[in-house]
Amino acid sequence: MMHEDHDHADHSHDHAHGPGHVHPPQKDHDAGPMSAYEVLEEAVRSLLIDKGVLTSDEISAQIDLMDSRTPALGAKVVARAWVDPAFKARLLADTRAALLEMDIDIGSLAEFRTIENTADTHNVVVCTLCSCYPKLLLGIPPAWYKSLAYRSRVVVDPRGVLAEFGVHLPKGTEVRVHDSTADLRYLILPRRPEGTDGWSEEQLAGLVTRDAMIGTAVPEAERKEAAE
Amino acid sequence: MSAHTVHAMRFSVGDRVKVASRLALGHCRTPWYLRGRSGIVASIQGAYHDPERLAYHKPGLPLQTLYKIRFLQTDLWPAYPGPTDDHLEADIYDDWLESVP
Repeated sequence: MMHEDHDHADHSHDHAHGPGHVHPPQKDHDAGPMSAYEVLEEAVRSLLIDKGVLTSDEISAQIDLMDSRTPALGAKVVARAWVDPAFKARLLADTRAALLEMDIDIGSLAEFRTIENTADTHNVVVCTLCSCYPKLLLGIPPAWYKSLAYRSRVVVDPRGVLAEFGVHLPKGTEVRVHDSTADLRYLILPRRPEGTDGWSEEQLAGLVTRDAMIGTAVPEAERKEAAE
Repeated sequence: MSAHTVHAMRFSVGDRVKVASRLALGHCRTPWYLRGRSGIVASIQGAYHDPERLAYHKPGLPLQTLYKIRFLQTDLWPAYPGPTDDHLEADIYDDWLESVP
């Protein structure tokens, strides 16, 4: 969806890239005046610290905790499900209990569900209302997951959006969009790629990308071979 | 999920239901594009605090049963470009659902 060198989210790309063609530079996040929500956040944060409800150390620690969560944890769960059919059955039936077996505690966070991709059905997750996401297993969501373009387009034309991600599904495969509107967070269990018989759990986990667990990618064994 | 009172579970898996097309002021977890649309109860997700009360520091009681509703894409978007058996699912609280005769 995006070039590596610059972001084209703000304009269509039907023009030629001739010499002297200049793109506007990408804005810094802190460029321009603060939005009303940024002002509100800063005011509330300062008040909470001033009144002793929170300390800035606690806020930093929470940010560090959020940053420490990465899709690697979700990938471990997927790989376990691929090698252990009994675990997979438990994961699909009761994700909270199955994760506890791997010492992953959902605790008081929103409840999780695991949805399995099959030969017949490909699943993809969105939160049209905001940006609900299984952060415990996947970390901070990518910017596109929170973008208005993804949130509005994937429900209307999921196959078109998936094609932009490089996922081309046969007509015979049903596409099922899951809008996480409420108290549940969805993890997609992708299909295990062909040609991975005998692979270790660690090798398999290396194939499982963040996008595969959102449903906007399909794991491939070639990816691993190409990387080695 | 606790021992709080729960609204009576009005629907079962497989029931045809319609999302109410009413307006809601303030916080609400029912997307606009699903209001007035009909679907099938795909599963029952449990009982949760009512987000429309919880958002305003109310206890969010009685708990609301949350249903996963499966909609046909062609019922949501008349010009849906994909096959006719593609679906969309969303979690909808009990008090936003009406039975379809």
